[in-house]
Amino acid sequence: MSKTIAEINEKIRKGQAVVVTAEEVIDIVKTKGAKKAATEVDVVTTGTFSPMCSSGAFLNLGHTTPRIKFGGGTAYLNDVPVYAGLAAVDVFIGAGALPDNDPRNKVYPGEFSYGGGHVIEDLLAGKDVRFAATAYGTDCYPRKRVETLININDINDAILFNIRNAYQNYNVAVNLSDRTIYTYMGVLKPNLGNANYSSAGQLSPLLNDPLYKTIGVGTKILLGGGVGYVAWHGTQHNPDVLRSNNGVPRRGAGTLALIGDLKQMKPGWLRGASFIGYGATMVVSIGVPIPVLSEEIILHTAVSDEEILAPIVDYSDAYPNMKPDIMGEVSYAQLRSGRITVQGREVPTASLSSYPKAVEVAQTLKGWITQGKFLLTEPVAPLPGVESGIAIKPLKERVD
Amino acid sequence: MAISKRVVLHFPRPLVDQPIIYRLVKDYNLMFNILKASVTPKEEGLLVLELSGNKEDYDKSMRYLAGVGVDIQPLSRDMYRNEDKCTHCGACVTICPTGAFLVDPDTRRVRFLDDRCIACGLCIKACPLRAMEMRI
Repeated sequence: MSKTIAEINEKIRKGQAVVVTAEEVIDIVKTKGAKKAATEVDVVTTGTFSPMCSSGAFLNLGHTTPRIKFGGGTAYLNDVPVYAGLAAVDVFIGAGALPDNDPRNKVYPGEFSYGGGHVIEDLLAGKDVRFAATAYGTDCYPRKRVETLININDINDAILFNIRNAYQNYNVAVNLSDRTIYTYMGVLKPNLGNANYSSAGQLSPLLNDPLYKTIGVGTKILLGGGVGYVAWHGTQHNPDVLRSNNGVPRRGAGTLALIGDLKQMKPGWLRGASFIGYGATMVVSIGVPIPVLSEEIILHTAVSDEEILAPIVDYSDAYPNMKPDIMGEVSYAQLRSGRITVQGREVPTASLSSYPKAVEVAQTLKGWITQGKFLLTEPVAPLPGVESGIAIKPLKERVD
Repeated sequence: MAISKRVVLHFPRPLVDQPIIYRLVKDYNLMFNILKASVTPKEEGLLVLELSGNKEDYDKSMRYLAGVGVDIQPLSRDMYRNEDKCTHCGACVTICPTGAFLVDPDTRRVRFLDDRCIACGLCIKACPLRAMEMRI
């Protein structure tokens, strides 16, 4: 059995495509077998709704009269600094940016109530946002200062461009020290008080295509509740990690760089988030369709939480100090049961990634495809696989 | 009839230095467990108490408190989940000391059981979406 993306798109156009979510496909493959399921099912939709710090947006605000060049100057949106090292009126706002006057961790643990992710959430909600910029002035761009309200509906461009999203698997964070620690994996209580994890597991995009057989550069996806595309492999893409026999990575592995027009995304599907003691970030919704081109592909999508293992890492020492030690592995089924065993002790678990929202993402994408509103794309280049030789490296600090 | 209730008491400034809880024990025979206590910079006092004792005594004690000018609220009204903000991720579940958040095993949605809540406020900043709000 093999299908092409063109054949699947023809069925989608006619409203005849059979689309199921990565959760629903598990039982279908179990009862019907991979061969029959691969003939019947055309597309499997995945979903995730999780904090992803390496996210941001490029904005083009339009020229002022007289003209001003932000490049080399400073620019702020609702007091959050934005990157202005570009041409005249392009800026980039990163999800982790904080107002200059935010106390950060001076009063520990800091609250980080408002940052770049919140600005993007406000823009998306159609709220007016205060923009302020200073420039040094040139003959062609004489103006030195501007302060105005802007609105996403009035500016030329708002392009979400997330350089690392949708991590293929992730650590389970615990704390072996005797004090509470505040991390990007949430609040970790002392002496193995809790274990936090962050993956949609069986619904997560890259865990359903573990060997990057269908997801590649140019893959059309759901991003922020609208349409987006895979722009590239994400930074720190690290395919060559320990994997189970089914190809599923047992450590953080592949990542995606994603792009899409922010103007057509949906309020509430990108959310500013505040991690106490750590910083501000953004929760991103992503849904990737997987075309069922073969039996092998549907078998990959049928992976369940029982079969996906994640490493347990101590965030009081091993993580900050770059020690490779892991304290064992647990499955997402164990994590979702609410308790895992670490060093012989029962530890309660909590998720940072929203599973109910991941289901909503996968169901929404399923609806679009079923209704013929969303066609699949052929990737224009594959993501680097295990054979690519890519391995992430630590920074080598040196003086010459 | 024996009862046990959780209440939030607000002490206006003139009462902050009065031994009021002492009277609950001495005159109304109530047992108390302090769940939270604070005095704000404007010198208003806030006390979250679990009170146990005879219902008649309890009712009399509430009349006494109201009479001296203490504002009384039942506790459950204090913590509130903003449903527009909550994404049901579950980050709050292990933070709550009284187990007031439960993940529904079928839907994976997080239930907030406000009768278990003691309004300690630990969940407020532990929630990345800041969905938990305290109403005082």
